[in-house]
Amino acid sequence: MKTLSLSALLVGATLGVTAFGPAALADTSGKRIALSNNYAGNSWRQAMLKSWDKNGKAAVAAGIVAAADPFTTSENQVTEQAAQIQNMILQGYDAIVVNAASPDALNGAVKEACDAGITVVSFDGIVTEPCAWRIAVNFKQMGKEQLIYLADKVPAGGNLLEIRGLAGVFVDDEISAGIHEGAKENSQFKIVGSVHGDWAQDVSQKAVAGILPSLPEIAAVVTQGGDGYGAAQAFKAAGRPTPLIIMGNRQDELQWWKEQKDANGYETMSVSIAPGVSTLAFWVAQQVLDGAEVPKDLTVPFLRVDQHDLEEKLGGTEKGGVANIEYSLEDAKKSNLGHVGPRNYFRLARNFVILP
Amino acid sequence: MISQLTSPRLLRSLLPAFSLTVILLAIFYLQPRAMSYFGLNLLLNLALPIAFATLAQMCVITVNDLDLGIGAFVGFVACVGVTWLNDQPLLGFLVLAASILAYGAMGALIHLRNLPSIVVTLGMSFVWLGLALLVLPTPGGKAPAIVTAVMKFKTPFVPMTIYASIAIALIVHVALKRSAYGAVLRGVGGNPQSVARASWSLVRAKITMYALAGFFGVMSGISLIGLTSAADANIALRYTLLSIAGVILGGGEFVGGRISPIGAVLGAITLTLAGSFLSFLRISPDWQIGAQGAILIIVLALRTVINRSEARKLA
Repeated sequence: MKTLSLSALLVGATLGVTAFGPAALADTSGKRIALSNNYAGNSWRQAMLKSWDKNGKAAVAAGIVAAADPFTTSENQVTEQAAQIQNMILQGYDAIVVNAASPDALNGAVKEACDAGITVVSFDGIVTEPCAWRIAVNFKQMGKEQLIYLADKVPAGGNLLEIRGLAGVFVDDEISAGIHEGAKENSQFKIVGSVHGDWAQDVSQKAVAGILPSLPEIAAVVTQGGDGYGAAQAFKAAGRPTPLIIMGNRQDELQWWKEQKDANGYETMSVSIAPGVSTLAFWVAQQVLDGAEVPKDLTVPFLRVDQHDLEEKLGGTEKGGVANIEYSLEDAKKSNLGHVGPRNYFRLARNFVILP
Repeated sequence: MISQLTSPRLLRSLLPAFSLTVILLAIFYLQPRAMSYFGLNLLLNLALPIAFATLAQMCVITVNDLDLGIGAFVGFVACVGVTWLNDQPLLGFLVLAASILAYGAMGALIHLRNLPSIVVTLGMSFVWLGLALLVLPTPGGKAPAIVTAVMKFKTPFVPMTIYASIAIALIVHVALKRSAYGAVLRGVGGNPQSVARASWSLVRAKITMYALAGFFGVMSGISLIGLTSAADANIALRYTLLSIAGVILGGGEFVGGRISPIGAVLGAITLTLAGSFLSFLRISPDWQIGAQGAILIIVLALRTVINRSEARKLA
């Protein structure tokens, strides 16, 4: 009798699982979501994890989901992250949100997760496996945007110094491609030097200091974020006039910009992705678990800071952090338009470039 | 009879199996879901490439050398595997065969010029990484369908990884520990002078072991892309240290030709499981590498205890 009721229970449970698919709005309060993150070694990733933590804890407290556990691999390695995802499958998570170490090499593990009935949402470092959702940033446009700004600000043109990110990472390739495309369209600008700053101020400072003596007069520095402050320090140390340096939303960069603006009316702009994109990925995963129809490919706008709202953005950014926006459930619900706006979308709209 | 059962030699050879059992039981306790075909498959499937890389490392360690380039080499093989081997299989085969020959040539160079293997293999690791980036500049590619099919094949009763691990461990065990030439090869690590005086060619032995290492490196890279289905140049950099740890955990020693193929495979699996075990324990990633180190130290300490008792018995 006992075994019978138990098996009846099991059958019931299985039916419940299969019935969940087509049901429109299922309850997600029992669902568990995990974050698989491959790297935590810079301010952007730290801010990203903090946003996830804050948002996840609030969602658990509100009873929207049962768990929102973050996991970071100890080394930035594909094989390790693949093992991490496989462990999450075993731990019985209902959804896995991934910031991937490689767009392709995790596909095997992601497919296994999908086959086990798990929702996989990738963001920032996206995966190409078709069964997963992708919240991508148009990095190419982010590079091009800098040249569009420069063409407006410095119509006469001039020499550009390009600071790139980490060699061999596709984000670096994309932003750089955008910058070069922009430079081609605005032929008054010429990229006379290019260094790798690894998205870190100290590395950038060293790299720029190394190339500066060989360079002619520089009109502007185009960057990828996390490198503007280091570049400014290198120019200062070399005793050269500070060119227009595009910033990347890091607090130290915005702070330096503010000081220069107050001292001599220095003008530039700053652009990067809001680390809070992890919270958007969380809500997209929750929506998919809820049974909502969400398109597989979403594009998230980047966060831009301009001369007029520098103080406002700097004020909202903590020391050592990155200018940020956190997303809400409402944003994720809007996401079936294919692109996502942040909360207060219209008020902030001028700070964003709406992507195609 | 009892003295035979507690003999240090037996205890030492049982240690790798013992550590594997302990970790496996701990995982089953923490995550009962792992105790199924599906669970074992997920836990173990990434162990096969590591087991091959560990065997490659073991071949080099057998002749008293150390290979610091095996991780980069596996990455290179993976990159060739998802590009040329898929698009032009013949070219892919030739390149992989040539890379095995290159490994053999590296062994000859190290022996003939009397170079430190650490320097040569570390230097070669940059060559492999550079070649991998040339073959596949940005992550991607596609593993040949047959490789993926083999790696994802669902064998009866237990996952394919377990059959494959047993098979390769036994084959290498017979080849190195039971065959006549295997004894010579191990002798090159134990006492090269006497092997040379017995008119065996040392350079031939080194070339054989390095080429074998190259072969297992190729197997590691190919089995890896079968699981990931795509590759990038940095995909296996971690394998260098994992493979050394696997050999030592499995009862091998850095000098003297003392190696154990079965132990090395068990060591590789133990290391793979240790990672999962720590993540099931919810240990923060900052501590995970340290915790993995602690597991290694515990096993090595146990071995030292056994070795001491052996020394005491002999004295």
